[in-house]
Amino acid sequence: MSKKVGITGNEAIAQAMRIANPDVCGAYPITPATDIMQRFTSFVANCEVKTEMILTESEHSAMSACIGSSVAGGRVATASAAQGIALMWEMLFIASGLRLPIVMGVANRALSAPLNIHGDHSDGMGMRDCGWIHFYSENAQEGFDNMLMAFRIAEHMDIRLPVMVGLDGFITSHSIETMEYVDDETGRAFVGEFKAVNPLLDIKNPKSYGPLILTDMYMEYRKAHDNVMAKVPGVVLEVAAEFEKISGRKYGLFESYRLDDAEIALVVMSSAAGTTKDVIDTYRAKGVKVGLLKPRLYRPFPYEQMGEALKHCKAVAVLDRADCFGGSYGPLFADVSNALYHYAQRPIMINKIYGLGGRDYMPDQAEYTINELIQIAKDGKVKSIKEYIGVRE
Amino acid sequence: MKTWKEVNPGAVILEPGSARKFKTGSWRAMRPKWIEENCIHCLLCWVYCPDMSVKVKDGKREQFDYDFCKGCGLCALECPGKKGQKAIVMEQEGN
Ligand code: SF4
Ligand code: SF4
Repeated sequence: MSKKVGITGNEAIAQAMRIANPDVCGAYPITPATDIMQRFTSFVANCEVKTEMILTESEHSAMSACIGSSVAGGRVATASAAQGIALMWEMLFIASGLRLPIVMGVANRALSAPLNIHGDHSDGMGMRDCGWIHFYSENAQEGFDNMLMAFRIAEHMDIRLPVMVGLDGFITSHSIETMEYVDDETGRAFVGEFKAVNPLLDIKNPKSYGPLILTDMYMEYRKAHDNVMAKVPGVVLEVAAEFEKISGRKYGLFESYRLDDAEIALVVMSSAAGTTKDVIDTYRAKGVKVGLLKPRLYRPFPYEQMGEALKHCKAVAVLDRADCFGGSYGPLFADVSNALYHYAQRPIMINKIYGLGGRDYMPDQAEYTINELIQIAKDGKVKSIKEYIGVRE
Repeated sequence: MKTWKEVNPGAVILEPGSARKFKTGSWRAMRPKWIEENCIHCLLCWVYCPDMSVKVKDGKREQFDYDFCKGCGLCALECPGKKGQKAIVMEQEGN
């Protein structure tokens, strides 16, 4: 059935796209996501997919081509990162506002300036409020699995929204890891046939997209978008349950690791979660009740479920691989705090900013954070809510 | 008016030609005026009008359709008129 392979995160994303066999890909290369489309275009050249490849002159145009192809009535996918996503920003809102099921792989990368091509979450956080569904993946396996599930979620008849699947630039996108594919036949049956909704190419029934909606109706469309977002977690779990049947791999809205009986916890997304779990194991062996929560579905943010999963802890550290300048705290910290704010009894929260521009996240940074959480759980004293770690002072 | 539960997902318009129901003439600041005696019925105004607001019957030019004319003035600019006398002039709306 499925076979184990040693591949990069980018190849994993490209293989999931090959299985989904999109009708159209509009794309423009950008490090570290270039590799995704480079591999995918070789599938196109070798007739392994039926995809029409549109190589545009910029990411703004790439997303525009995706939008045009999606309203025309096709399955559409692309990939990008960093400045590319920044340039797409205007079109990202249009893709979600038109309710188009476009799927985008993202090799998360730092934003310029200073110019940096390495992994952090600044690009994903920049598109946080664009009305897309966001997944973050710890490794190549999760990248592949999330990408395959993304088509099902985006194209679900109750949802019809664009989905981005992130994995850490270079750390995951370019490292070779062991992972397991879903074989082509099973994968294709899982993703299923694309069903167009109100396609422009149905010329017997003319329609138009993108009308002017003014003060009298705009709020109704925004409320409808908010409402469909609320349905996403249910569909994500439904699709995950089906995916488990074909792959044996179980996914939730987030991953809880040794969290149920934990007194202190770390919340950390994507590749750094792996290192953190190792450090947690060494502390657990010493009798420290520490656990981890790794967000997977980042937008819509599963506030209620996350609040329930963390509320019993005495102290929680949220690790952000991006900063909100002038917003005081990192974006993930703000979300996790919101999830816990409503409880009368809630953990003391601290925020660590780590790994910007691909700075290595080492076990000693997790140890430093856990030691601080142990102290806070004991005496309740917080030296500073937010701190940059792994930075030269 | 529709509630948020009733709007079409993605604001797609499924009724062809429904723009007819949305009378954009009220946006006009300048109003084209047709001076019939200067008109040679060349229909250049009909060709250039972006809003199909020049009405034509049996190959002859008729009045403007002010429900949709946005007053862009293209017709007045292109109109050759008769012996240097324009058959369309733009006037301030409301005067
Ligand atoms: S362009 Fe002028 S002359 Fe020609 S039909 Fe129109 S109004 Fe008459
Ligand atoms: S002013 Fe513009 S919109 Fe009005 S009739 Fe002339 S060309 Fe058409």
